[in-house]
Amino acid sequence: MARVVVDVMLKPEILDPQGQAIARKLPQLGYEGVASVRQGKRFELELDGPADEAALDRARKIAETLLANPVIENYEVRVL
Amino acid sequence: MDAARVGIITFPGSLDDRDAARAVRLAGAEPVTLWHGDHDLRGVDAVVLPGGFSYGDYLRAGAIARFAPLMGELVDAAKGGLPVLGICNGFQVLCESHLLPGALLPNAGLHFVCRDQRLRVQNADTAWTTEYAEGQELVIPIKNRDGRYAADRATLEELAANGRIVARYVDLNPNGSLDDIAGICNEAGNVVGLMPHPEHAVESLTGPSTDGLGFFTSIVKRLVNA
Repeated sequence: MARVVVDVMLKPEILDPQGQAIARKLPQLGYEGVASVRQGKRFELELDGPADEAALDRARKIAETLLANPVIENYEVRVL
Repeated sequence: MDAARVGIITFPGSLDDRDAARAVRLAGAEPVTLWHGDHDLRGVDAVVLPGGFSYGDYLRAGAIARFAPLMGELVDAAKGGLPVLGICNGFQVLCESHLLPGALLPNAGLHFVCRDQRLRVQNADTAWTTEYAEGQELVIPIKNRDGRYAADRATLEELAANGRIVARYVDLNPNGSLDDIAGICNEAGNVVGLMPHPEHAVESLTGPSTDGLGFFTSIVKRLVNA
């Protein structure tokens, strides 16, 4: 069984109001000096077979097809 | 002659399919119920993708509905010229399906927005807007959480340069959409996506105006004259 992580993040130029809302709260909690927060999604896939390059390729195809919208998001895959 | 037949696709989580059917009927066409799980467009002359939360909007708004069985037929038919109007969630599905460029993201203010919204029609030549005049202002309801239209700068410039911005928000931008975009169309003008809800503004008893009816009478007139 291969465990593969897919991290999906909004592209840097896309406004992330959720991240901004989180960033605004931090100083009230005593966390100063956080210049910005961006919120993303993490998917963990369990794939049949070994954790090899073919498994990463399958994860990339899944990410491009469904997990990420390439118009607004970037993604990265890695073996867990 | 027979009335034009306008299909309305119901997905699990669609909310406004019945209102859309009613608007179609008021405009003088015959509404035809279409089911997302079928592979049959039932020979309709045009299709409305209604508002709601298809598949719960799990993952992203419209992302899973895009892969509904009927969407394969719909995408092919739309590329072949079938008039398609996507309202709210339907607009999100059209973007996820790549029938329209860009994407719809959570509102900039993060709140669900529900209000009577003023719009300006920017393109009165699409399949769904010929009953309006360019520059005409409409007041129709908007109600969404994920209504912020986004696309890269080159796409926005292309949309503006080629008249593909169908409507813009006036007075107030309710969701942070880039360039105040409320609706766009494809290159051929047969596929239109609109975030506000014209089907909720077709009778003075239930809507803030009857300004939305023109989207439906536009398509009826086009189909009768076709």
